[in-house]
Formats: sequence, C-alpha cells, structure tokens
Amino acid sequence: MADHGSADSGTAVEIIATDPGPRSAAVVPTDRPQNPGFPPERKRVADLDPAKEKQQERRVVAWFVLGIVGAVGAVAAYVAFPLDTHGAVDPSTTRITTLLIGLGIALGLFGIGFGAVHWAKSLMHGHDLVEMRHPTRGTPETREKAVAVFTAGNEESGFSRRKAIVGTLIGALAAFPLPGIVLFRGLAPKEDANDVLRHTMWKKDTRLTRDPSGTPIKASEVTLGSAFHVIPEGLNDSEHKLEEKAKAAVLLMRLKPEDLHPSKGRENWAYDGIVAYSKICTHVGCPVALYEQQTHHLLCPCHQSQFDITREAEVIFGPAKRPLPQLPIYVDDEGYLRARSDFHEPVGPSFWEREH
Amino acid sequence: MTTTAPAPATRPADAEQQPSRGTRFTSWAANYVDERTSMSGLVKELGRKIFPDHWSFMLGEVALYSFVVILLSGSFLTFFFQASMAEVEYDGSYVPLKGLEMSAAMQSALNISFDIRGGLLIRQIHHWAALLFVAAIGLHMLRVFFTGAFRKPREVNWVVGFLLFVLAMAEGFTGYSLPDDLLSGNGLRIIDGMVKGVPFFGTWISYLLFGGEFPGTQIVGRLYTLHILLLPAILVALLGVHMLLLIVNKHTQFAGPGRTNDNVVGSPIMPVFAAKAGGFFFIVFGVIALVAATVTINPIWNYGPYDPSPVSAGTQPDWYIGFADGALRLVPPGWEFMIGPYTVSMNILVPILVLLVFLALVAVYPFFEAWITNDKREHHIADRPRNAPARTAIGAAGVTFYAGLWSAASSDLIATHFKLSIESVTHVIQALTILGPIVAFFVTKRICLALQKKDREIALHGFESGRIVRLPGGEYIEVHEQLSEYERWRLVSYEEYRPVMVRPDARGRISQGAKMRSAISGWFFEDRIAPVTNKELEEGSHGHH
Repeated sequence: MADHGSADSGTAVEIIATDPGPRSAAVVPTDRPQNPGFPPERKRVADLDPAKEKQQERRVVAWFVLGIVGAVGAVAAYVAFPLDTHGAVDPSTTRITTLLIGLGIALGLFGIGFGAVHWAKSLMHGHDLVEMRHPTRGTPETREKAVAVFTAGNEESGFSRRKAIVGTLIGALAAFPLPGIVLFRGLAPKEDANDVLRHTMWKKDTRLTRDPSGTPIKASEVTLGSAFHVIPEGLNDSEHKLEEKAKAAVLLMRLKPEDLHPSKGRENWAYDGIVAYSKICTHVGCPVALYEQQTHHLLCPCHQSQFDITREAEVIFGPAKRPLPQLPIYVDDEGYLRARSDFHEPVGPSFWEREH
Repeated sequence: MTTTAPAPATRPADAEQQPSRGTRFTSWAANYVDERTSMSGLVKELGRKIFPDHWSFMLGEVALYSFVVILLSGSFLTFFFQASMAEVEYDGSYVPLKGLEMSAAMQSALNISFDIRGGLLIRQIHHWAALLFVAAIGLHMLRVFFTGAFRKPREVNWVVGFLLFVLAMAEGFTGYSLPDDLLSGNGLRIIDGMVKGVPFFGTWISYLLFGGEFPGTQIVGRLYTLHILLLPAILVALLGVHMLLLIVNKHTQFAGPGRTNDNVVGSPIMPVFAAKAGGFFFIVFGVIALVAATVTINPIWNYGPYDPSPVSAGTQPDWYIGFADGALRLVPPGWEFMIGPYTVSMNILVPILVLLVFLALVAVYPFFEAWITNDKREHHIADRPRNAPARTAIGAAGVTFYAGLWSAASSDLIATHFKLSIESVTHVIQALTILGPIVAFFVTKRICLALQKKDREIALHGFESGRIVRLPGGEYIEVHEQLSEYERWRLVSYEEYRPVMVRPDARGRISQGAKMRSAISGWFFEDRIAPVTNKELEEGSHGHH
C-alpha cells in the first residue's frame, strides 16, 4: 500500500518543524490544490417566487395549527376517559388513555417541531455565514497577565516559600474526608457481614415446604422426575422474609436412586432418590430455576451456568465454578421431608472470605 | 416604574415609523433585563454564533433533548413514586395483583401505571427517553470518534462527554432498579453477586450498599437518592461544561469549498439555528411521545413484585447494560480459585476488568492518538473516516468487540429462536468477541484505503459518465467527466501523516518512548494514500484522452 501512496505520488513532502511541532507524523502540504472558495449561491424556490413563499408560509401555519389541535386533543382524551379509581381497572381504559393522550401530545409536539424546522429551512435567510476561528489559547498578553496573577498570589501568600504551612495544609485536607468515610459504616447493621452470610434459616429438623404457600411436602408426593420449589417452614412468618428466602430457597427433585452418585459422607443426604439443592446460583446469585427432567441438568437463566444433579450439582457449563450446595434431608415418621442440618457451606455467589 | 426607554425605540419619527406596542414592550423588557444582567453583551457575542450543518451533528442534539424529556417526565414521576421498601398489600386497581404483598415502591409504580390518568404514558416516555438518551450519546461518541473531532483542542471535551456517557448508564441502571419488580430485583441480585466477587472489600461493599443482607429494605431508597439527586446534579454540571467547551472550541465542520481550519461556515444561532434546533427538540420529544403512546415498555405488572426465588427465563436487561451482562456470560467454566483461605472470583473480576479497560481505552484514545501523531496543531475540520484508516479500523474493532459482548447478553434468546444449543451459541460468540475485532480491523482498514484510492481516481480522472463513444478506429471508450473544483475539493483536502522516524533528541539520545512512538506510528501510517497534488492534477487532466 505504501508504495502506491507515497512513493508513486512523487510529492516532495517534508516535515516542517515549526507548524505541527517537532517530530510530528503530520506532513505539511507543499503542492496541494487550493481551496476553491465558496460555490455560487443557489436560491430556493421561495426566494425566487413570491407565490411559493406564500405557500411555504401557509405550510408553517398549518403545522402550528396542528400543534394546537394535538395539545387540545390530548386534553380532550384525558377528560373523555376517566379511570375508575375505586374499583377494578379495565386494562383497555389504561391502554386507550395512554394511546390517545400520547398521540395528542405527540401531534402537539410534531406541529411545533416540523413547523419551526420548515420555517427555518424554507423561509429564513438561507445561505451560509462565515465566522472566523481564533486559537483556543489566550493571546500572549492575556497569558502574561494570567501568569502575573499567579505570581502575585504566590508572592503575597508566600505559598511556595512557607513549606511547613503548605505541607500541613495538604495533610489536613487529606485527613478531612476520613470522618466522612468512617460515617458510612452506618450504612449497614453492626453485625459482621461474614457471620450472617454463613447461615440460612435451615436447621436440624426444619420441614421442607412449598414455595410460596408454605405447605409441608411428603416424600410420597415427590414423584419420579418432578421438581419442587422449596422454602423452609416458617419462612412466610419470618421477620426478614426476603433476605432469608434469598439464602434458603431450595430446589427439590426426585431421580432414580441409581442415577445419584453421592460422595463419601453424603450417602444419607438424599432419600430414595430425592435430593435438595440450593437454588441460588454460585455465580452471581440468580435463582437456578430451570430443571431439565431428562438430563437432570439445572440451568441458570441469567448467565446459563449448568449444573448436573447426578454428579452433586457439579458445573458442566457456564461461568459458575462451584457446585450448588446440597441440603441434607431425611423423612420423618409422618412421611414429611425435613432438613438434617443447615447447608454445610455458604450459599450463593462467591465472596472473598467464603472459606475463611 | 420609570424606565429610560432605549434609544432606537424613542427616535422621533413620523407616524408610520412609530413603533408598535409589541416592539415598545420588547424594547422595554430588553432594556429592563440588560440594565440588571448585562445581557446585551452575551447576546452580542452568541446571538449570531455560527453552527455548521451536517446530519451527524444532530446526534448530540438528540442526546441533549432526550435528557430534557427525561428531566420533565422524571419530575412528574417523583410526585407519585414512593422510594420505600416497606411491605404493603397491593390495593390498587390492577386486579391480578390485588392482595399480593409487595414493596411500597412497587405499589406506587403500579399506581402510576393504573390509577393515574396518563401516568403510564409518562412512565413509558421516561423509560423510552432514557433508552434513547444512552443510544444517542453512544452514536454521538461514534460520530466524534470516526471524524476525529476529539483532536486538539477538544480532547478535554471528549473526556467530559465520556463521563456523561458513564453517568447516563448509571442513571439508567439506578432508575431501572427503582420499581422493585422481579426484573429489577434480579438485576440488583447480579450487581450484589458482582460486588461480592471483588477481593478484600467485596463482601463489605455489598453489605453496606444493601444496608445488610441482600435485598434488605434500603437499596431502593438509596438508589433513588442517587437517581434523582446526586447523579443528575453531576450530569447537569458536566453537561454545562460540555456545552461551554463547545462554545469555546466552536463546532467542527466537514471539509468543503470555502471551509478552512480557520473559519466556521453555517447558520447563525439567531434565527436559523435556534429555529432548527428548537424545532428539533419538539420533534425528538414528539418521537418519544409517539413511541411511548404505542409501545409498552417494562410492564412491571406482568413481572410481579421481587421475590428471590422465581425468575423468568429469557428476560433481557435494558440495552446499554447488555455488554456488561454479556461479558459475565462469556466466561468459560472454572475461573475461580483459592489463595490460601480466600476465594478469588476471576469469573467476575475478569469481565469487570475487561469492561473497565474497554471504557478506559475509550476515554484516553484522544491522548493516545495525539501522542502518536505528535501533532500540536488545532484541528477543526472533521475527517472523513476513510481518510484516517488506522483510527477508523480501531473504531470498527472496538464496535465489534462491544457488539460481541452485547450479543452475548441475548445468547439464550438466540439459541431458542434459531433452535441452537446454548453451548454452541456461547462458544461462537466467545470466538467472535476475540477474533471479530481483529478481522474488523483489517477489513475496515482495507476498505478505507480502497475508498481513498477511489477518491483519488475520481479526483484525478473524473467519473464515468455512462456515455459510450466509438472512436474512428473502432475502439469504444466511456467518456469520463471531470468534477467541478468544488466537488473535487471535498475529495482532495485531507491531512497526510506518515510514520515518524526515530531520531535522537537534542541531547543525542533516543528514548524508549520515542522508539515506541515510532513503531506505533509505523503501524498507524505505513499504509496510506497520499492526497492529490497540483502536479498530479495537471497530469491527470492532460494525460487523459
């Protein structure tokens, strides 16, 4: 390419140090065509024909009249479709008010907008004007005066002479935001963040109940291939319902017992193929709500991490790293599913001190 | 009130020249204001300020005007919205949700939609205007980038504009989270997860942000303060700086006959530009109102209140957050490891760093290019993108990279719509995001150079007229017609750069910086098409036929 560009062109170009500055990549042109100056002005129809000018004027007026019609129409639509605020709302009323008021407003705005632009384009003085630019930097005199101001300020205050004053001033200015930062500790409660993240509502013997009704679940109800969204019993009466739910939500599934491959120490965490896993993704905490019955995979709809339930919810695809924590369960005498304990590790997204 | 009437209005004249009542009032009012504010000086300075015209200069205006629409519609919404996460039982008029427990914020957002006439319209105007705002800023930035309008003396204003872009996204996200519906809650959950992935401080930042455990009862109120007070205040201040610098630097213009680096050619503010720009504000507002009246956005009544357990599959964030969400999705499995007892979530840190580095590169690009060219001149003529092939190619690579991340945010929808597996879609987008920018760079650079060659050809030899002539010898030729000198000027007037050679400085040394600059400037300017010279023009017009 370069051979086509510079070598062939035969231009005698040289970097002239004074203009773009020394050692610049810019090439100062020497043999380039001259700017031809402004082309002859072209008149518009309205400039030449008074009848056309009158016609354009009428168009502008018509736009502005439409603007008035639109604004008045929007008010009319507002009045014409009252909402019954005391009973049930008919969704079609909301739809029609939104549509008609909106169309009226839009027409009102378009009337003004198109009218003004049409006025400017067809009737206002049409040809370009020229304004000269000046260097952005101040003139030498101005800059000299500005320097003098700083010099005077420096001399009169002794800013650069009085080193101790300036040093301590900088120190004080650096220290002054500190109380402000400390005050923001009050944003959160006084408990240690790390303690609360480690525990959920699940305790030994907590019954597994349906989300959101809170009715307990019998093992016999969990048929092969089914999945239940589960919350701990009593969650609906909890004081911090959403915070507890954000940690304690569980997904319950029944697989064939031979499809499960529990690791050592987890043999009794399932009951006859029924397993419970945290529903909170170990990536950034979305609910892993999609269960694929045939493959026994759980899919997080937010970032597509996939977990294999047959291998203790190990990650098989996506950005998550850790398996979903398993909730150990058993069945009580009445046939209800209960937790053996809380999760054995913090649920949800990873955090720095997670395994500390 | 006694006033000394201004001179022009009181000049004694015959009856016909007696000023009308309107003129007398205008004079009186102008005088009243000027005597108290010295306004005449400002009018004199700015009233006939010239603005050049080009369709692409509208993009910044769209951003400005949609921001005004956001302020207007947002102020209306604040009169009804309750930024509280106190639990209430929904008692509004949308039947399917009646009796459901939700936050006061969600209930008030529903009430705005169903119990206030026109409330839904204003909500939708606000949301659509916000989407347009960020989009217009993005396109405006691309315009400035590809035309080199960020060059000296406008580097500072580029940075100000970049900050406005970031603030606009922050405004968008904080606003998106306010209704406390299922979608916005899930968005916050993702933010919580990302924050927790930050080493050392993450856990505590999340804890402080949410006022305890996620979701807590604080976050909506806190985001509301950011959304309607802190962020808008900074945004408006920076917008003022942006406009002020625009006036100081004056607008760039494209090359054209009569236009030079020393002048501005266009319409004066009074009256033409004021009428066009003022009218354009109403058109932008009108388009937003039209869209808001006809197209539903963010139907929170379909999503329901936030609950950490359910999530709807296939939901998308607002478009400008897509690139961040996509970056999270593209991380391959297993990027998390331990340092001693501490967890390092590279699956979160890497996307965050990639986004920050990408944004930082955008912010500093003008300084990078200024360093390479070492060009100390002021530039007021906007480049045609083809005339700066390396820059245009870098821009195309950046756009491709962004597009890769952005499309990843819809990987699940792409998979379901085209009946592909999510794994293959993800892998393809991973490859596109990494390889796409490289391909885009080279292809764009070649296209730019080819276009420059074509310009050169047309400037020197004219264009094909479509008229075929048979010569006496039997040969057929197509007659070329020459351009007028005005048309030609547009093709030949661009700046030329070439690689800087490494030369010792005044003290006879070659610094590392100089070597690096020379190498990069080679990469930038090695392939180039020189602008047409007078000599070539003469040869071209004589040499043909």
